[in-house]
Amino acid sequence: MVTDGPEHAAERALEIAAATHPDVDLSDLDAAVGDPAVGRELVPIVRAVPDPADEVRRSDVDRWGRSEHFRELTRRAFDPIYKYWFRVEWEGFEHLPEEGGALLVANHAGAIPPDAPSIMHGIEKDLGRPVYGLAENLFRTMPVVGTLWSRSGGVAAHPDNAYRLLHDEERLVLVFPEGTKGTGKHYRDRYRLRRFGRGGFVDIAMRAGVPVIPIAVMGAEETMPILFKSPRLAKMLNVPYFPVTANMLAFGPAGLVAYLPAKFRIRVLPPVSFDVPPNQERYSRSRVMEESERIRRMVQDALYDMLRTRRSVWFG
Amino acid sequence: MRVLVTGLSTYWGGRVAQALEKRSDVDVVVGVDTRDPRTQLERTEFVRTDSSHSILARIVRATQVDTIVHTHLVVDSTRATSRTLHEINVIGTMNLLAAASAAGSPVRKVVLKSSGLVYGANKADPYFFREDMQRTGPARTPVERSLLEAEAFVRDFADDNPHVNVSLLRFANVLGVDIDTPFTAALRQPVAPEILGFDPRLQFVHEDDVVDALMYAINNESPGVYNVGADGNLPWSEVCAILGKRRVALPFVLTNLAAEPARIFGLWDLPPEAMALLRFGRTIDNSRFKRAGFRYGYTTPTAVEAFAQALRLAGTIGDSRPSYRYEREVEDFFRHSPAVVRDPA
Repeated sequence: MVTDGPEHAAERALEIAAATHPDVDLSDLDAAVGDPAVGRELVPIVRAVPDPADEVRRSDVDRWGRSEHFRELTRRAFDPIYKYWFRVEWEGFEHLPEEGGALLVANHAGAIPPDAPSIMHGIEKDLGRPVYGLAENLFRTMPVVGTLWSRSGGVAAHPDNAYRLLHDEERLVLVFPEGTKGTGKHYRDRYRLRRFGRGGFVDIAMRAGVPVIPIAVMGAEETMPILFKSPRLAKMLNVPYFPVTANMLAFGPAGLVAYLPAKFRIRVLPPVSFDVPPNQERYSRSRVMEESERIRRMVQDALYDMLRTRRSVWFG
Repeated sequence: MRVLVTGLSTYWGGRVAQALEKRSDVDVVVGVDTRDPRTQLERTEFVRTDSSHSILARIVRATQVDTIVHTHLVVDSTRATSRTLHEINVIGTMNLLAAASAAGSPVRKVVLKSSGLVYGANKADPYFFREDMQRTGPARTPVERSLLEAEAFVRDFADDNPHVNVSLLRFANVLGVDIDTPFTAALRQPVAPEILGFDPRLQFVHEDDVVDALMYAINNESPGVYNVGADGNLPWSEVCAILGKRRVALPFVLTNLAAEPARIFGLWDLPPEAMALLRFGRTIDNSRFKRAGFRYGYTTPTAVEAFAQALRLAGTIGDSRPSYRYEREVEDFFRHSPAVVRDPA
């Protein structure tokens, strides 16, 4: 272009520099660019030094498979459900740390559990930190679903994955120690927490030197209650459980994706820190199980407490 | 330093021998292989032999080599039958290590080129394999089994010979215009394969980094097992995007069967272990070798970009490799004839 003089080049360079280096004060240079006399001599000195590896990237998928761009899209799609369907309300949100790694431990419920997306949505929206959700590696075997799960922050629940996220990258990591035992339980067992695995989450938190933040979720149990289960079909389809939910009875096949509009309340409990040195080879088994049981108790008690004051499943 | 290079006629053997020839502290380079070398070498002595124990033991004794570089481990199962894989990887490694551990052996260093294939690719895998981690599923393919067996010999050898510095390098998938692997071959085609609904993250390493890594292990005291893969990983879709290739989806059930027509028509030849990578991906943790002092020239994204640029160049000018044919009489003349003036001052 003929009009593309040095001023324009300088302005463009400044724009790029401002976008890539938000922490650098560019106002002096900006003034210099504004002044035509200076602009002619002045070659912009603030040059972005981009990582050559990033320059050739075509997407923003990180090394865990999460894409912030994709999360942005899913957040936009999920926001109305979060706001108007589940009407999620948080208590104790201030317990979530602004920086540093932390292991978020929550109860798990609903045949296709809506608690994970709700917790991740709320934290990413209001705290502005990405949340990585640990889940069964069953997801990794599922075409399409597994890829979408991974792009939205899902990570296979391997102890080493959790350790790297918490210790090396200081991320927020969400885990449901009940696993499929929590989501696959009958409606009649609602809000009665299952076994917290083998306490592996405590072991990882100790090793990574991060606190555990217990989270109690009320409402997910009623969004997709399991009435019956078919162990035979589950075995045939190679899934942990095959539920017949109230939603299926009410809406037919659409019940697979249609949640009942139960009111969500999420209570974040004070962080639990373990005063043990990180990066040990092994931690006392009894200590791990004790802490695991204590955290489970905390979540269970918080749930009982919340249920005591709940007047309606649908209106809270 | 006196060095024995196995697999001299493979791409890696040739590259390592070339790099060794340039070093003044390397007195002698001896190369063995069953085929003639395909790279031009200045002073490497080539012995054409199979990897039988008696001959290898004689070569080691006669040449008094102190360093062995074992590049002759086949990791591309499209180029060898399972019988050959076993012969070369398992029996060849066994014979070589036996020769190196003979009584009074001068060998003080062994460097081996293995592969990340030993970790496999399974749903229960950690996202980043460290050297001390085991694979999570059984090894089903011949190449994986043979590499695991070969590595077992290496472990035994290292245990039995504590005075020998053994470095075992496990490489990620190599990218480079000069090397043919199932992945580089598939990425040269107009369309690239994918498994429907899967977009795994893959890690690569640039061919120059592979040679540098082998040379680094030869030049330094770094005993142990090391992963060698470039920093970072990329979704397969992004790899294809950087290379400007459209993807064609294979079904997610009976994938290997569905890929068979593509193999028969010479489009892609992806063995089962490569298919597993297209489903689950694999990244190996390279931090141990970096802590040992090695520096990579490329990250995974820049390695892919470099490959894309090299492909574009090759697409325009064709194959830039000078063709070379090994002729024993000519080589012997230049190396040993009194008529040739060596070291012209």
